[in-house]
Amino acid sequence: MTETTPGPTGPAGPVRVVLVDDHAMFRAGVRAELAASGAGVVEVVGEAADADAAVDVVHRLRPQVVLLDVHLPGGGGVEVMRRQPSHDTLYLALSVSDAAEDVIGTIRGGARGYVTKTITGPELVDAITRVAGGDAVFSPRLAGFVLDAFAGSIDVAAVDEDLDRLTEREREVMRLIARGYAYKEVAKELFISVKTVETHMSSVLRKLQLSSRHELTKWASDRRLL
Amino acid sequence: MSQTTTSAAGQRPGGTRRAHRDTTSPIAGGVAAGLAVHLAVPVLWVRTFFVATALLGGFGLLLYAGLWMFLPSGQAFEVSAPGLESATRTGKRPGRRSRLRDAGPAVALGALFFGVVLGFEGIFGQGVLFWPVVLGVAGIALLWRQADEAQRERWVDSSGRIDPFRAVFGNGGWAAYTRIAAGLGLVLTALIVFAVVAGQARFAVPVLVAGLLGLLGLALVVGPWVVRLVDDLGAERAERVRTQERADMAAHLHDSVLQTLALIQKNSHDATTVARLARSQERDLRQWLFEADTADATTLAGALKEMAADVESQHPVVVDVVTVGDCDLDEALRPVVLAAREAVVNVAKHAGTRRADVFAETTPTAVDVFVRDRGAGFDADAVAPDRQGVRSSIVDRMVRHGGRADVRSAPGEGTEVRLHMPRSAHPTDQETR
Repeated sequence: MTETTPGPTGPAGPVRVVLVDDHAMFRAGVRAELAASGAGVVEVVGEAADADAAVDVVHRLRPQVVLLDVHLPGGGGVEVMRRQPSHDTLYLALSVSDAAEDVIGTIRGGARGYVTKTITGPELVDAITRVAGGDAVFSPRLAGFVLDAFAGSIDVAAVDEDLDRLTEREREVMRLIARGYAYKEVAKELFISVKTVETHMSSVLRKLQLSSRHELTKWASDRRLL
Repeated sequence: MSQTTTSAAGQRPGGTRRAHRDTTSPIAGGVAAGLAVHLAVPVLWVRTFFVATALLGGFGLLLYAGLWMFLPSGQAFEVSAPGLESATRTGKRPGRRSRLRDAGPAVALGALFFGVVLGFEGIFGQGVLFWPVVLGVAGIALLWRQADEAQRERWVDSSGRIDPFRAVFGNGGWAAYTRIAAGLGLVLTALIVFAVVAGQARFAVPVLVAGLLGLLGLALVVGPWVVRLVDDLGAERAERVRTQERADMAAHLHDSVLQTLALIQKNSHDATTVARLARSQERDLRQWLFEADTADATTLAGALKEMAADVESQHPVVVDVVTVGDCDLDEALRPVVLAAREAVVNVAKHAGTRRADVFAETTPTAVDVFVRDRGAGFDADAVAPDRQGVRSSIVDRMVRHGGRADVRSAPGEGTEVRLHMPRSAHPTDQETR
């Protein structure tokens, strides 16, 4: 979990990050933590406290990664992503809310990953570099939500051509992430390469964001996400 | 994880199930959506029924209008966890999305309306009363629609006082003003058109009819609020009770947070205690704010969460519980919780790490629980035979109750305890709840 791939679109050097959170104290804390654990790897170039300011800052600074709070004045983190369809900025949700509807809603809104605010500094740096490198980042909790959301398809014997379903391999990867495994450990457990694990994760993220049918739709509409 | 289950029928526990209009997903008035929930049939069938019966001399239309008038609107007090509600109220979460952003329904309604007009003309010819009636009905429908909107926004509004302006216009916005203006305009136009068409010659009858229409229009405009006042009163009483409950709970939490902070100040030299206090308080608040009703230990997920909280309060360890699926906690599953507890305690005592991940997956056939840490790990073969902790309280317990347990560990790589309990082996599962 330590390699730092520079983003395909960004220049080499520290990953440029914008912090979006309405609590100044939390921003200060994250900034200090990133400075301590991520010196030379991650650089905080800007901050914003609400959706409007965030859209503005992202537009001006064009960071590689935006750390995005889920609950944000002005319509939440989803609103920032909706109004900023910039191609080269990636979003990582950083939330204190554990509610499935918030988390899945933000991922469906376009975030590349989701971590909770109790995450440690080094883990956060790692998550940021991963997102900057084009990968998806699933915390154990998010992996749990994803499995829950796709749960109905476990017993479906007939494999049809539906895009929505998770393959058995993807499900296995999600399960290991939910159990607290790191990418490298997942790779070792399943006898596949870390790169393959990343491919599976990206594919799950894509299904999560694109899928609009079947189990996920039902799960989401039960929670009034749609 | 939150199991959000809100159903329109579930609003009045203990009361009879009543049909509602579903105002959260209306095309016209939410009648079809509400009926579909009530009758447990797909909403498409209900909509098709209304459209089909509309062809029977407009029966469907009249039925729809009637139901719209007399069915109370449901989903009024959809309660989610306080943290989410508050975030929604203060605009920190995306709000409800309008269904009519998609032009489809509007086009369909327009076509239907046009068809009705043509049909009516075809049958009765361009009668004197026709256009005034059409315009009046359209205007009144718009006013009713606005009344729905205003009523719903009043529910969402937390301040509780009924402001006459808000009662009519809701939260305002061009849509509300347009609806009101268009509605009143149409009703007025109907009267004028009627007067013009009828001409001035026959003097007495038009005036009488116009007056009656005016009164009728007025009654219908005021109607929504009068008819629903009774419903609203009951609903508001329920809301008040709920608000009071919530205030009590908030007060309680306030106390607990303040107490914890006081304790933290007193123990500021002791990092372990501070961390433990902060963690327990965090969990308490998080549970209350975001997870609504999963705190009880009557389900497997609830029991695991409670177990984690319990261990955290006694040992300096952070336990993250992730659950997929859930089921009632019965006697057959209690050993799983106890074994998981033993595994977590082992992490706290021996692993030399501050963190344990617990993952539980419930499927129709089995329950799997995994307890994982990134601590010191150990060599399972090198454990002295007299050390019975893992063997008797985890492995043997699981085997005794028809499950199995594996412990995987290697020095430096942490430990994972896997518990597996088949559910099909306990066919009394459902009966013994």
